[in-house]
Amino acid sequence: MKLKHLVVIAVGICLALPAAVCAEPVTINWWHAMRSARGKVVDTMIKSFNDSQSEYVVVGTNKGNYDEVMNAGVAAFRAKKQPHILQVFEVGTQTMMQSGAIYPVHELMLKAGYDIDWSNYLQAVLSYYMDADGNLMSMPFNSSTPIMYYNVSMFEKAGIEPLSKTEAITWDKLGEITKKLVDAGIAPAGMVTAWQSWTQIENYSAIHNTPFASKANGYEGLDTELMINNPLVISHIERLKTWTEDKRFMYGGQKYQGPKAEFIAQNAAVYIDSVSGIAKLKKAVKDFKWDAAPLPVEASMKKPQNSIIGGASLWILNGHSEKEYKGVAAFLKFLSSNEMQSYWHKETGYFPITMNAYNDLKAKGYFKENPLQAVGIDQLNRAVPTKISRGLRLGYFVQIRNIINEELELVWNGKKTPKEALDNAVKRSNVQLRTFEKTYK
Amino acid sequence: MIKRSTFKSGYLPYLLILPQILVTLTFFYWPALQGLSQSFFLSDPFGRSSKFVWFYNYIELFTDPLYLKSIVTTITFSIAVATVSITLGLFIATMANRALRATALVRTLLIWPYAVAPAISGILWLFLLHPSYGIVALTINNWFGTEWNPVLYGKDAMIMITMASSWKQISYNFVFFMAGLQAIPRSLIEAAAIDGASPFKRFWAITFPLLTPTFFFLSVMNIIYSFFETFGVIHTVTQGGPGGSTNILVYKVYQDGFVGLNLGSSAAQSVVLMSLIILITFLQFRYVEKKVQYTG
Repeated sequence: MKLKHLVVIAVGICLALPAAVCAEPVTINWWHAMRSARGKVVDTMIKSFNDSQSEYVVVGTNKGNYDEVMNAGVAAFRAKKQPHILQVFEVGTQTMMQSGAIYPVHELMLKAGYDIDWSNYLQAVLSYYMDADGNLMSMPFNSSTPIMYYNVSMFEKAGIEPLSKTEAITWDKLGEITKKLVDAGIAPAGMVTAWQSWTQIENYSAIHNTPFASKANGYEGLDTELMINNPLVISHIERLKTWTEDKRFMYGGQKYQGPKAEFIAQNAAVYIDSVSGIAKLKKAVKDFKWDAAPLPVEASMKKPQNSIIGGASLWILNGHSEKEYKGVAAFLKFLSSNEMQSYWHKETGYFPITMNAYNDLKAKGYFKENPLQAVGIDQLNRAVPTKISRGLRLGYFVQIRNIINEELELVWNGKKTPKEALDNAVKRSNVQLRTFEKTYK
Repeated sequence: MIKRSTFKSGYLPYLLILPQILVTLTFFYWPALQGLSQSFFLSDPFGRSSKFVWFYNYIELFTDPLYLKSIVTTITFSIAVATVSITLGLFIATMANRALRATALVRTLLIWPYAVAPAISGILWLFLLHPSYGIVALTINNWFGTEWNPVLYGKDAMIMITMASSWKQISYNFVFFMAGLQAIPRSLIEAAAIDGASPFKRFWAITFPLLTPTFFFLSVMNIIYSFFETFGVIHTVTQGGPGGSTNILVYKVYQDGFVGLNLGSSAAQSVVLMSLIILITFLQFRYVEKKVQYTG
């Protein structure tokens, strides 16, 4: 009986009021690459947005891994069936920016009437997705940075002090540590690294404020050229190469699976990988103690720069109505709230993107309880990003990373000297960059 | 005189083959032509801008020493896979053909690997041959003191993917050789045996020539298999590495087109790949098929 009355009243109200209020909620489609545990976190965030208001309904769809999501977005755009929001990995940034298929986030938020104080965001995260003039093009979503994990049990056995979580050790020091561990027979090998291009060249260059590519790492023009065959990077790769000879460095594969397995099996004492490794190691490591520290820096670098991020951001695609974009803006605003950001960070380990959320977590003592999580954030925030350390903006970046991977492998297996390999990597990457430039000119 | 049936209506035969033609046009010729035209353009993946660049994509490909290396890698790899899997397939089929007990069971078990997807086959072999956790790899390294490391050395990686790809294909070849062997009349072999021919002689003089049609068919199929279907193995095991040593053509098409979104270059590579396969198949029909005996 009661229900019937309610329905009657509801219908009455709907008839009395303008159509907008009782109209069907506007649907916002979001295609993302978050699966399993992360997918569930995303679903929870979407649900709390949908429950918080009645005007918009966000529908999240997992379209596979990053490559597949990007391809799904491309195909959908060509068929004019594109979603409103597309999650794209960081290497696709330049392709998205040049595509003409996007609605820049800073414009979207302004038009929807949100006056956002962008300085309240983590600058090292934001700057990766800004254009040369500092306008935000896409909304950072999942961001991580590489840090260094080490086997505390092995360090203890060798009588090595545990490392600081805020002050980076020098590469020379890491060389001494790994030498001690290997020589004493405590560790079969010293160090392994995941994502070698990202950790050993891209981040290494940013931290030492050394350009990865000309034109401010590509931010200021498509006519950019790679610059990784500079003396600093060459000597770093040379050092790693000499370390392979006495087992202080061991090559474990291009991605993270191989190197991670070596660290877990205690074949290597030090492991460089993204902060997302924290969750994985917590799950997998049972028989030894481990901890994390910032990436090593050169002794000559007194004030190291911020490291750069990896991960993905949310791009808004063209071709939808004003009303739908209002909903998209409301959703992005909702995602950057303290509550959502701390939930996202706690569940996945990806960084909170606003200083507010970070300070909030700090005030609640979260980083005291989870000191591992602070290592990456502190490393990102330790300096104001320069034009060189804010990020990389390269066309065909996927191919360039492949080239760097190939050339580095030829160094590790002795087919090329570091200089030959890096010279060749630059030469080959420049061909890719020229083709990309030609496409958009 | 040969009896012929003819169609009264002039349209009926065309109507009858129409579905086949439509399917071929839609699923083969149309995409192939699309690929061909795409290869002359540089275009933005979202389709907003497209520039006609004549043969730019092809020139870039053939001036890239690594692309030429990739062609050589592909051919080496496919010859290795075809040789290993045909030889072992034939060997096992000959043995199984003489099996006295539990013949049906033995044959069924031998066919099983074919049901395994290439990607899974790759993972299985990786578990055996990975330098850190592969049982076989650890045994080799400990017993023989060699440094087997497919993560680091290109030659080792090539051996590993050849094994993973061949293993699966052996079963396929086995089935066809088995059928071929069963079709050879027993009387022929018995007659030769009575005349005093040794088993080896019997194989070379009778069995082998009678199997040539099967051989020919399998060599074509194996080459095509190793060109295209081994994608799953490469993708799960080496991703084309180390140092590009297992980057076969089809994997490069995927990397540049699907992951890297360079549609023009990827289309040009597909055209090259297609031409290569047409050429190889043509050569096989032109020169190898002449030596094939279809009748006993």
